[in-house]
Amino acid sequence: MNEVQQVTDTKQDVTSNAGQDTRALLPRVDVLEDDAGITLLADLPGVPKDHLELKVEGDALVIEGVMAPFTPETLEPVYAEVRLPRYRRSFTLSRELDASRIEANLKDGVLTLRIPKQAHAQPRRISVQVG
Amino acid sequence: MYESMRGFPSSLFGELDRLQREFDDMFGFSGRPASIRSVAPGTYPAINIGNTSTSVEIYAFAPGVDASKVEITLDRGVLTLSGERPNDLPDTNDKVSVYSRERLGGSFRRAVNIPDDVDPEHVNATYRDGVLRISLARHEPAQPKRITVQ
Repeated sequence: MNEVQQVTDTKQDVTSNAGQDTRALLPRVDVLEDDAGITLLADLPGVPKDHLELKVEGDALVIEGVMAPFTPETLEPVYAEVRLPRYRRSFTLSRELDASRIEANLKDGVLTLRIPKQAHAQPRRISVQVG
Repeated sequence: MYESMRGFPSSLFGELDRLQREFDDMFGFSGRPASIRSVAPGTYPAINIGNTSTSVEIYAFAPGVDASKVEITLDRGVLTLSGERPNDLPDTNDKVSVYSRERLGGSFRRAVNIPDDVDPEHVNATYRDGVLRISLARHEPAQPKRITVQ
């Protein structure tokens, strides 16, 4: 989608000089933790499954998605609240999470990630020996 | 707020920057004309509107909605889009810690002015990957008439 030139637009570009080529929107996420792991839900409207990238680099989880083009070629933007076609957000995972067993599901623009904890990190009840 | 959420979230001045931009977004419109139906940025769902020569296209970024339950009505030049986004979090019980709750949900309603040359019989809506696309066809432009002088 094209940038929309509005009267109120002038303030934006001042702060986004760094990384001009890869500006991205920050998707909203919900993060919940229970005993067995972490559940992360992210809103990525417009991103189909084949344009979604989930990477784990060291202890960082990076979620990146690009919207599939869905506008006709001759479209002239009139009003835009979503001005970039890309989402990106990264998180640092702590050691007790098992990044190799992440399960991901993308439906209707909602990404659900389930990151289990390492088996040894699950809460265990320690019984006390008497005697 | 979708637009003001760019940039590195945790850089030293990132938070300050974001706060300033949010203030600008909310209070920076004084004096400039805005539609009487404008909403604050960050409302769910975000909307983009565009024109082609034959149609008006509206895109609503509404992830997690049941498309069959969304109501779209066109009445006297105003297109209204309403529905509900159900809470899709897994069951919470006492043992769940919530670290972040940023996603918006609940019932929503947005209204958009539509130009007069739109044909209300030819409105098309599709929902894919969380984006609701509404396409309103315009009337055929009137053929120019040639008037002969008697």
